[in-house]
Amino acid sequence: MSADDPRAPIAGGYIARDRAWHPPAYAPAYKSSQLRAPQRPLIAHDATLSEMTGPVFGQDALGPLDHDLIRNAARDGDPIGPRILVHGRVADEIGRPVAGALIEIWQANAGGRYRHVTEKYIAPLDPNFGGCGRTVTDADGRYCFRTIQPGAYPWPNGPNDWRPAHIHFSLFGRAFAQRLVTQMYFEGDPLIPHCPILNAIADPAAVERLVAPLDRNAAMPMDALAYRFDMVLRGRRQTPFENRLDGA
Amino acid sequence: MPQDLCYLKETPSQTAGPYVHIGLAPSRAGLDGPFPDPGRVIAGPQAKGERIAIEGVIRDAQGGLVRDAVVELWQADAGGVYNSPEDARAAQADPQVAGWGRSATDFETGLYRFETVKPGPTPGPRVGGKPSRMAPHALIWIIARGINVGLLTRLYFSDEAAANADDPILARIEHADRRETLIAARAEPEGGPPVYRFDIRLSGLDETVFFDA
Repeated sequence: MSADDPRAPIAGGYIARDRAWHPPAYAPAYKSSQLRAPQRPLIAHDATLSEMTGPVFGQDALGPLDHDLIRNAARDGDPIGPRILVHGRVADEIGRPVAGALIEIWQANAGGRYRHVTEKYIAPLDPNFGGCGRTVTDADGRYCFRTIQPGAYPWPNGPNDWRPAHIHFSLFGRAFAQRLVTQMYFEGDPLIPHCPILNAIADPAAVERLVAPLDRNAAMPMDALAYRFDMVLRGRRQTPFENRLDGA
Repeated sequence: MPQDLCYLKETPSQTAGPYVHIGLAPSRAGLDGPFPDPGRVIAGPQAKGERIAIEGVIRDAQGGLVRDAVVELWQADAGGVYNSPEDARAAQADPQVAGWGRSATDFETGLYRFETVKPGPTPGPRVGGKPSRMAPHALIWIIARGINVGLLTRLYFSDEAAANADDPILARIEHADRRETLIAARAEPEGGPPVYRFDIRLSGLDETVFFDA
């Protein structure tokens, strides 16, 4: 059934973001949020052509090592730390794969140190690790990175707060309405229940969605462990009797 | 129990944190690679339309500069067409206009800046059963430490007063004085393109309007 077939479901705007599922803007235990949280209600409207479109990034925009953080900043050897694969699938809320999604990641090294001009933590930089990578999902919405498992690190929030090990993710779907930034955590990390950033999310089921399980089947024997992190972007409403959006 | 609808839940958002530059603007983190910062070129040198710059600062609830934010922009070309397969008119899009840009606020001055072409008006939603037109605008998306879910706003242009008055999204803002927070002021400095100033206030009495769209 083609999109022009009158029987085809005509896609409407995007399914509304469930704001109770996401962390609130104002999460006082995460102190940085206190002065940066809007106080007025968000103005809600159905996605227009502006939100229903978005930039496209092809595989041809990528370099061969962009998804390999073990190699893409190496100078004279491999970085120190546990070698891991992080892989998964990006789908929309309808369950359809999101192909061609640009995924950008950044992370600390195995000692919990970020390579960043403003970062002062005493743990050492790794001369062979940058902590930046990107890839584009394939036709089935799948992606894979190779990297080093990041370490936990202290941060100035409470007097003795430590972030659980995590990898930052940024995603583009087909539409700017799907734009998302999040963080992936690791199964079994004892710092997870103590993190004010992660636990700004009220629903324990939503917190669990950010914890990647160990995936022994995907490990590379004698080389790298694997974690699986599936992600879901907003989906379009399927409204059979809605007028087609002008210009869309 | 009724049948299960079986929709998946969107992955919850988390803050981009203070080290966002490593992944999204690596040169600003001090990294040499692995690739150039994405989103530097919104419109190539041959792009049609008036060349402009957009710049501003972001302030928190106390008026302090937000110097660790990343700002993204998404816009149509001068003809009002998006360079996206989701726009049915994409074949007519100006190939010189990517339409997407990314800028990190400066660690000292707090300024972000985009150089682009001014977008044209775009098809709007149906209002009262009739098609509408949206005034020239760009979507602006802000992430930073302390922002748990990226903030979406819209930049409109001060020299488009008539189109702005008819814009169906601006019209949704009940408190009309708050619409002013979305109007970038045009200045014409010597020796450069016109500059639209778009300062963003995250929180407070003059808080910028943010959208849930």
